[in-house]
Amino acid sequence: MAERGARLLIADDNKVNRLLLGRTLELQGHRVSSAENGRRALEMLRAESFDLLLLDLEMPELDGFGVLEQLAADPALREVPAIVTSSLEGVAHVARCIELGADDYLHKPVNPVLLKARVNSSLEKKRLRDQQQDLVRRFATSAVAQDLQTSGFSLGGRRVQATVMFSDIRGFTSLVESQPPEETIELLNTYYTLMFDAISGQGGVVNQMIGDGLMAIFGAPLPLAEPELAAARAALDMVELVQLFNVERTAAGKAPIAIGVGMASGEVIAGYTGTQQRATYTCVGDTVNLAARLEAHTKEAGHGVLMDGATQAAIGLRLRSMALGEMVFKGKSVGTPLFALTTTPAER
Amino acid sequence: MNDARVIDRYVFSELQVAAGHDFVAELVQTFSEEAPALLTELRQAQAAGAPERFRRAAHSLKSNSSTFGATRLAELSRTLELDGVPASTEPLVALQTEYERSLLALTQLASAAPGA
Repeated sequence: MAERGARLLIADDNKVNRLLLGRTLELQGHRVSSAENGRRALEMLRAESFDLLLLDLEMPELDGFGVLEQLAADPALREVPAIVTSSLEGVAHVARCIELGADDYLHKPVNPVLLKARVNSSLEKKRLRDQQQDLVRRFATSAVAQDLQTSGFSLGGRRVQATVMFSDIRGFTSLVESQPPEETIELLNTYYTLMFDAISGQGGVVNQMIGDGLMAIFGAPLPLAEPELAAARAALDMVELVQLFNVERTAAGKAPIAIGVGMASGEVIAGYTGTQQRATYTCVGDTVNLAARLEAHTKEAGHGVLMDGATQAAIGLRLRSMALGEMVFKGKSVGTPLFALTTTPAER
Repeated sequence: MNDARVIDRYVFSELQVAAGHDFVAELVQTFSEEAPALLTELRQAQAAGAPERFRRAAHSLKSNSSTFGATRLAELSRTLELDGVPASTEPLVALQTEYERSLLALTQLASAAPGA
């Protein structure tokens, strides 16, 4: 009974067919809209959300095959299941529809009992797919979910130009020791909500959360025009959001928090690592190590946001920064030019 | 004219049970409004020598007549759909006659009281 009350769209140029199919589905508890040709059906699918499309094949302007092709090519529409209803004879049409992605094929005149079974089965399949996608989204960010949907899942990496960001709450350990665990969880939830907003708002993807620390990638899996600038803007947003959050905390008699952010840009190997059963989208490479070290260095440097030379060079004069000289990090033989991002909220 | 061979009574009453008597009466009315355009289209497509237009109109008529259980009308339309534009006008005249006969029978059946 979970399938009752679904939103269905009927595309059929024949009025008698349209009315009868609509009536049958309404009697089965669904809400039905109809379109008199394929072009109109696509318009409606793009304007409103439907759970299922019942599609006639022979229609003026755009026929059913054309609709199936366009559905498959449109990432926003390809999840809408389509059941073809037609009185065209011969199995070639049926085969072509299935190949084009139709869920099912019903011969007209459509038997109401069969129709009910097929519609419910399609809706149930869609519900499971939606649930799965929901899970993927919750645990993987929409960019990764989209990448998974378009490219599929495969372990292994590819080289991409990206900006990597690490961030954490300074003095988190002593904070945890000074307050009940429930409060820490609440703090982390709020903190992560704010950081996710700032990062995804600039097109970045948070791919790891460990305690109070997070790692974000800008420019992968989906490319960004200027990953360096997007990351720097996200860092400034993060600092600003934490400042606002601190106003609330101070008012509630709690200690303010401070974050440290490190960013580095360059080539990284990005992809899914793990096993076939459990994998995560991540990236590795020198750039990643450098970003992590820059973040760890923020306290010592006395600046909240640090970045490497490559990130600073790409940003140029669009955001204010300060050169902090060169720094030789552990395991490196040559020094890395170091910059602090010093734009204040008032300057933006 | 309530010839059992014109309308398959079983198909028609199944339709009434599934969709409701009043709705089916409206649907017959809609059919009577839509079908003349299809018959005209068939004649015009034959005159113009337009096989695809002809096939589509025959296809539509076949689809609707089978919905109502208008078996002979469906069969005539199906032959036209599959065989294409006929050489003479005779098949279309026969189709027109069968349509009129079917519509009359359908209208009578649709207006009869449920269970009659």
